[in-house]
Amino acid sequence: MVDPVIASRLQFALTTIVHIVFPVVSMGLAPFLIYFTWKDIRTGEPVYEQLRRFWTRIFAVSFVVGTVTGIVLEFEFGTNFAAFATTAGPLFGGPLAVEGMMAFMLEATFLGVFVFGRERVGDALYMASAVAVGLGTWLSAVWILVANSWMQMPRGYEMVTRNGEQVIHLVDPIAAYANPRFFWMFVHMQNASVESVSLAMAGLSAYFVFRHHVWERPVDHVTFWETTLKIAVVGLLITAPLQVFHGDLYARHVYETQPQKFAAMEAVWETDSYVPEYLIAFPTSVESLLDPRAKEIFGIGIPGGASWLASGGDPQATIRGLEEFEGPQPPVAIVFWSFRIMVALGFWFVTLAFWSGYRWFRGELFADDLLHKALMTSAPLGVFAVELGWVVTEVGRQPWIIQGVMKTSEGVSPGLTGAEATATLVGFAAAYLGLLTLYGYVITRLIRAGPPDRADLVTTAPTEPADSEVAADD
Amino acid sequence: MTSVETLSSGPLFGLPLPDLWFGLLFVIFATFLFLDGFDFGVGVLFATREDAAEREQFLAAIGPFWDGNEVWLVVFGGALFAAFPPVYANLFSRHYLLMFAILGALLLRGLAPEMYEQRHDERWQRWWGRAFVAGSLATPFFLGLFTANWLLGSTALVTLPGVLVGLTVVTLTVVDGVAFLRLKTRGDLRADLQADGYRALAAYLVLVVATLLGVYLLEPGLRGRLRSPLVLGLVGLTLVFAAGYALATRRDRYYLAFVAAAGLVFTLVAVVASLLYPSVDPATGLTVEAAVVPTLSLNLMSIGAALLLPLVFVYFVVLYSAFSGPIEAGESY
Repeated sequence: MVDPVIASRLQFALTTIVHIVFPVVSMGLAPFLIYFTWKDIRTGEPVYEQLRRFWTRIFAVSFVVGTVTGIVLEFEFGTNFAAFATTAGPLFGGPLAVEGMMAFMLEATFLGVFVFGRERVGDALYMASAVAVGLGTWLSAVWILVANSWMQMPRGYEMVTRNGEQVIHLVDPIAAYANPRFFWMFVHMQNASVESVSLAMAGLSAYFVFRHHVWERPVDHVTFWETTLKIAVVGLLITAPLQVFHGDLYARHVYETQPQKFAAMEAVWETDSYVPEYLIAFPTSVESLLDPRAKEIFGIGIPGGASWLASGGDPQATIRGLEEFEGPQPPVAIVFWSFRIMVALGFWFVTLAFWSGYRWFRGELFADDLLHKALMTSAPLGVFAVELGWVVTEVGRQPWIIQGVMKTSEGVSPGLTGAEATATLVGFAAAYLGLLTLYGYVITRLIRAGPPDRADLVTTAPTEPADSEVAADD
Repeated sequence: MTSVETLSSGPLFGLPLPDLWFGLLFVIFATFLFLDGFDFGVGVLFATREDAAEREQFLAAIGPFWDGNEVWLVVFGGALFAAFPPVYANLFSRHYLLMFAILGALLLRGLAPEMYEQRHDERWQRWWGRAFVAGSLATPFFLGLFTANWLLGSTALVTLPGVLVGLTVVTLTVVDGVAFLRLKTRGDLRADLQADGYRALAAYLVLVVATLLGVYLLEPGLRGRLRSPLVLGLVGLTLVFAAGYALATRRDRYYLAFVAAAGLVFTLVAVVASLLYPSVDPATGLTVEAAVVPTLSLNLMSIGAALLLPLVFVYFVVLYSAFSGPIEAGESY
């Protein structure tokens, strides 16, 4: 039997880790879908219709899984973190309610029009529905991040005793909801989503381009995959450098506002100035792998680098060590390694972007087999980097559920038993594993079926089991 | 622009906002139960059809709508959290396993049609078809059980009134589903569904009577309220809507039957709301006044809802008018 606090935390971690994949796909695909729809309507070229229809299918499946996993997440505040919900509700519930009304409604209703309505509605309304779906996905992130950024940087509230309980009351909505942290989180998250989808698109199309041009094996819809690759490279060239740029500014903001998290990211235990930034870091012993401390790491570092980055240019800047903060510390190893791998991936994506851009400029985008292999292996890494980023954000602020105000352990539902929490944890672990397997299976089938041809519009379902490779009409 | 000071000093325009939010909450819940209710009903009726083409039509009928319909549940959760956080917290954590049962059922129900359409071999479709039926039966049943537990302040997972309300809600969704499918189909299939509608309606009325009797006998605390003119009036209204549904179905007035189904759902939810009020959570004794968020938060949310809900209404008009009328040949999920 697991302790209800630990089981609730694991369950919430599991549901967010699985859920986030689908919003990333929706948010990242949204601008591409708007572009494909616009080009399809404007030019009528078959390749744009293929692009629109193929990626819409991927979007639709991701949205369904995102919906069912998202409802779970919303309800878990009530089921598992009831004490948090009661305390923070008067300030925290609002953004969630508005997310439902403003964003999710827009997205879900117009997705119906967008997925099923090409033959039912006119071009203008169809285009508007694409924009509405895209806007809905992004607005969803706005309100979720408004809520989350307040948990990272609580402001604009006061503690009041009500019905015998300490409750947070909203007093300054501007301070609470227009939080400076929100800006950094939103920019970083949206850009990361587009970057992740660009990487996935690039990796996938690179496979078919590689098969066709390098391997010279038969490939259907070559133009479709070539166009996908080019568009993905454009997406990558825009998003990858930006991600590194504002990632740096975001980290500086964390240094100023959540010093404990920043110290965990750099594994700085003792307050120090002139702290080096380790580019390559190896623990000197097995213990320091699990309990990394900057001083016990063998690494190639830039002297004063971390101080320089944290302060925006001063290598002598002081970084407050973890030992300065009272009480439990965040699990430093998880935060330290997640942050490092995420940053390394970010630079790798920039390399990929410039490499692809250079080959394209030279007219060799379809000929560089090493690039194709690099893109293929990197296809899932964008989503992986997003996961790591959220680990840094959420694990890094532990033990706090609301930074400096409420501990995560105090937020758990008081009446929850270990048996209940363990039962649902096991149930959800199994269900989510099944869900991810199914999702992977369906996406693979959609990819193998390839983009639909025009003839598919009127094709009815094949009855022969042998034809089961052909996916259903969306 | 109203300043923060004015917004936190008193309710907007002197409106009784806590009561309005209590009402709005149940309007949102009823909207969910009506809209997603026909999706559940279609799922249950799916079990009665063996023909692949008919099943395909059932799925095509709800295809563009169900996602939007289900968002009303998310909005309900969000609104409950935002307006009455202690109720949201107490209710959801108290019915912990039931909440996860609802979530599991919804997950199955949402996923199954999507999966059903991914492959066209028989085994695959048979199993996902079953999953679709199971999810569509379980979701309204658990929702009914949850609502009854909420209303009766029960901490037990399963109670007799709870089971009765669960079954009542299931039959109601079938009534709703028939009304919707008769709008979306033609010919023999549409004619066939008529009998399903009558049967479901009869079952619903029997279960409503049984539930009312059961609650009356088992819950002495609610007897006075059950005899109140408001509740008796709502029960009377149920009979009017039921008669309207039967008549409209018989005369092939599809839209009227659909409206009558909506009437049935809204009156049922109204009965629940009027039995609760002024309490919002009988188990903890929290009343509307004690559970509602402070003035500033409530005012802000009211402004948000006043601006956004009419927009949402427009979205649904666009969606439902884009896909109005029976599904065309070749349209699939």
